[in-house]
Amino acid sequence: MEPIKQELTKKSRAAKQDQRGQLIAGLSIVLIMLVVLSILYMITSRGLATFTQDHISVVDFFTKTVWNPGSLGKNGQPLVGALPMIIGSFMVTVLAALLATPFAVATAVFMSEIANKRGQKILQPVIELLVGIPSVVYGFIGLVVVVPITRHFFGGTGFGILSGTFVLFVMILPTITSMYIDSLKAVPRFYREASLALGATRWQTLYKVIVRSSISGLLTAIIFGMARAFGEALAVQMVIGNAALMPDGLLTPAATLTSVLTTGIGNTVMGTLPNNALWTLALILLFMSLFFNLITRYIGRKGELK
Amino acid sequence: MNAKTADKIATGVIYCLVGIVVLILVFLIGFILWTGLPYVSWDFLTGSANAMGGSGGIGDQLFNSFYLLLLTLLISFPIALGAAIYLSEYAKQNWFTDLIRITIEVLSSLPSVVVGLFGFLLFVIQFKLGFSIISGAIALTFFNLPILTRNIENSLQDVPNLQREAGMSLGLSKWRTVIKVVLPVALPGILTGIILSAGRVFGEAAALIYTAGQSSPSINYGDWNPLNPTSPLNIFRPAETLAVHIWKINSEGVMPNANQISAGTSAVLIIAILLFNFLARWLGGRLYRRITASK
Repeated sequence: MEPIKQELTKKSRAAKQDQRGQLIAGLSIVLIMLVVLSILYMITSRGLATFTQDHISVVDFFTKTVWNPGSLGKNGQPLVGALPMIIGSFMVTVLAALLATPFAVATAVFMSEIANKRGQKILQPVIELLVGIPSVVYGFIGLVVVVPITRHFFGGTGFGILSGTFVLFVMILPTITSMYIDSLKAVPRFYREASLALGATRWQTLYKVIVRSSISGLLTAIIFGMARAFGEALAVQMVIGNAALMPDGLLTPAATLTSVLTTGIGNTVMGTLPNNALWTLALILLFMSLFFNLITRYIGRKGELK
Repeated sequence: MNAKTADKIATGVIYCLVGIVVLILVFLIGFILWTGLPYVSWDFLTGSANAMGGSGGIGDQLFNSFYLLLLTLLISFPIALGAAIYLSEYAKQNWFTDLIRITIEVLSSLPSVVVGLFGFLLFVIQFKLGFSIISGAIALTFFNLPILTRNIENSLQDVPNLQREAGMSLGLSKWRTVIKVVLPVALPGILTGIILSAGRVFGEAAALIYTAGQSSPSINYGDWNPLNPTSPLNIFRPAETLAVHIWKINSEGVMPNANQISAGTSAVLIIAILLFNFLARWLGGRLYRRITASK
């Protein structure tokens, strides 16, 4: 009786293997979660040092407009006002999204509602290629094409928020388009059939039925595009002029959070105030990316309920 | 306005906007190839960069880019595969799985510059690895993991449940079913995913400027011992990639012919990424036909 009992109660080789496999797969998950947690922890603790170690007032940091962490202001406090960069980041992001949305909507609608198979076959790779072009290449083209054109038509040096907007527009266009195509595809076919059967033209069907029923998908796509624009570093840095001043119109050199970070981190010493202030900018970036994430989640849930 | 006219106008506007988008791409690709290709020569592709002397090749950067890509894929593929298998085959529908998915989404939405700065903080400074290939490869791994995990998970999900049931009914354990039945069927999709993510890794620069560094010390291509400091295989040497090279020569601007070098480098980068894209398409289609035995 004993050997049989033992065989029945002991785990088989296959069961052990299965457990080991599940363990390996689970460990990978744990590793990814650890990475994310440590990113959040390390950037946060570094970013807060400006306020905890150097005792900069939080309100001053977000409202003062002079960014020169190396020197002291009249009141003896270091000049760390991050408002110019925050405004710069938001301006390029919002403007790029505003510019890109009509094009993205048209392209997505064209691909999913109007084009035949051949049109789609041409456009699909176009979108994928636009996604695939590296951001430094966009930056380089911005530098040698967009900046001179802006200078020619609008005056100024050409470096500034407007050039940054144009570069970001091309970068986020494919992001918004491909995401919106997915949500257009999710609109049930009978919506279209019902509308057309009522005698509506294609345009009426489009804007009264299809776009309206996929509006939450469109919003999510736009927010995703904005998140990408907000976090984009090198392409913007190459064309925006990198002057941490309050943006005075769209044509003067400005700065974004990412551009100050990429140019500054290498030139400051770890642990000093100028360095800590930069990490605070990184923390703002991190925070905004989490915020964008939260909004898309919220919109997604709202869209589901309907 | 009558509805028919409105329809015609709207259609016209949509065609125009789409036309502009296509023109932008044609211009972008055309411009890069037109200005860059005349500068691409064998000397350019193999020569080493010489910041002060006028001429500059990109041999070292080209090698560094591929080497970093290879290392990144070597590190990130097993982790992504494990995570994807867990999510697709083992994860139950509960709050913990939701948390995992949110975490992965957060990682994928982090700006690459933040990922790069984290790599700088942890590997370059804390672990004292300095600007090195290994720091760069790990930073790129963080950047690559969420995309790769999602791609692999999608390919696994696309495998019909019938296959899993067949495996189970033959008495295989779940793990063996996954490894021996599901994974081979999902392989074409997984490969396509890897190649596409490779394209993104190849062009990434923001995560690298503070991890793999912005300099390329001289490399001796005759020395293949990974422990020697001048060996191309040494993972502790700083390494500038093609994308970082473009950024650096444009933002420092000490080279007299920075524009030509950037144009040439951009052309090489774009061609590499086009090749990645075509390869992914071609290989995906071919493997799919092979495995499903369809024409």
